[in-house]
Amino acid sequence: MLGAFLIAALLAADLRYSGLATFRSVVDTALTPVYWIADIPRSLGAWQDRTIRSRSRLLEDNDRLRRENLILQGRSQQLASLQADNARLRALLNSTALLRDDVLVTEIIGVSPDPVRHQLVLDKGAEAEVYGGQPLIDANGLVGQVIEVSSTTSRVLLITDPTHSVPVQINRNGVRAVAEGVGSLDQLAIHHIAATTDIQPGDLLVTSGLGGRFPIGYPVAVVAAVERNPGEAFARITATPTAALDRIRHVLLVFAEPAGPESVELARE
Amino acid sequence: MSSWCLRSLRGRSPWNWPVSEPTSGYWVIVVSLLGAMILAVLPLDRGLAWWRPEWILLVLVYWTIALPHRVGMFTAMVIGLGVDVLEGAPLGQNMLALTVVVTLARLMYQRLRVFSLGQQATVVFLLAGLHQLITLWLQGLQGIGAAGFSFLLPALTSALLWPLLMPALRGLRRGYHVN
Repeated sequence: MLGAFLIAALLAADLRYSGLATFRSVVDTALTPVYWIADIPRSLGAWQDRTIRSRSRLLEDNDRLRRENLILQGRSQQLASLQADNARLRALLNSTALLRDDVLVTEIIGVSPDPVRHQLVLDKGAEAEVYGGQPLIDANGLVGQVIEVSSTTSRVLLITDPTHSVPVQINRNGVRAVAEGVGSLDQLAIHHIAATTDIQPGDLLVTSGLGGRFPIGYPVAVVAAVERNPGEAFARITATPTAALDRIRHVLLVFAEPAGPESVELARE
Repeated sequence: MSSWCLRSLRGRSPWNWPVSEPTSGYWVIVVSLLGAMILAVLPLDRGLAWWRPEWILLVLVYWTIALPHRVGMFTAMVIGLGVDVLEGAPLGQNMLALTVVVTLARLMYQRLRVFSLGQQATVVFLLAGLHQLITLWLQGLQGIGAAGFSFLLPALTSALLWPLLMPALRGLRRGYHVN
């Protein structure tokens, strides 16, 4: 009976306050081997995939990567001058500059066993200077944010978790919105957008940088469906995340520079 | 003679409460629980994850029935805390669910021992179902949870797994003389 009260108190404390974070990260560090062992079958599969490959497939991959590289190099030729332009114009407008963010490549070593929780475990932790609230991206878009850091691993909440929301804007016209997870890996919901707002299927939603958690400009989702019902004040909008949330293995942790006075000065130099 | 008197004074039947025997093979319990934890976090496809049996609950319930003087509420609380951290659930969620289940299993371990495997599996279904129900309620506090009756799927797979897991764990217990 006493035990039940103790557990209830612990639950209430953990749901309402964040004081238990250190305790949790200590236990998490102690239990890290469980994730390592559970990840062995998958890493064996990955190792086999890397070492045992047919020659024709390697050649094919090589060709494809060469083509991709050529295209990307072609596209980035003007990037330097465009970036300088952008910084100059932003300085003229007295707004902060967009800095390029540093990234750290990490590997996913586990997923939360509870299917209603969209959480991942990464193989980098406090020792690699990962911090709580740090954004995470893959090659195609925003993945989520770090919610808990232990010494060698960290835990990430995906943007599709029902408890997660991310401030976004429509890339085409800058209309601001909030994209919320609904508990399905291929869907986000966008609430409270007036039925008359200019938004249509195919619009790209990028992070707006509002709220200060996510850096501005990373793609989040593509609008999948817009349903306007004359009886309702808001349109029903669903979007598909651009990141391949169910297939990723390697992800990038973004070390975002806080946008402040220093970044303006950097841009003026 | 004197030890027999002591046993009858305590009101316990001699075959399930060995007073004088020393602890042995405790590590088998620890290893089996760690193995259950690894199976519980093994990455599964999202669709399959809904069917994942409650490995930790099964192993805990087995040891509670087999060795109620070794494994009980305290073990359930410690293991539950570990599962909470592994799952990223609020601390106390699995702790409470596992403690309730283990307490119930402890209350009826004498009856469970003489049940057939099928009857035991039915009880395991009820216990795992209760575990899932408590979990669902506590997830509701956070505004998340499964839709419909899909939260009962792990209880079903756990009950189906019991007739295979129980003899395996019993073999371990007898082979390593765990008591």
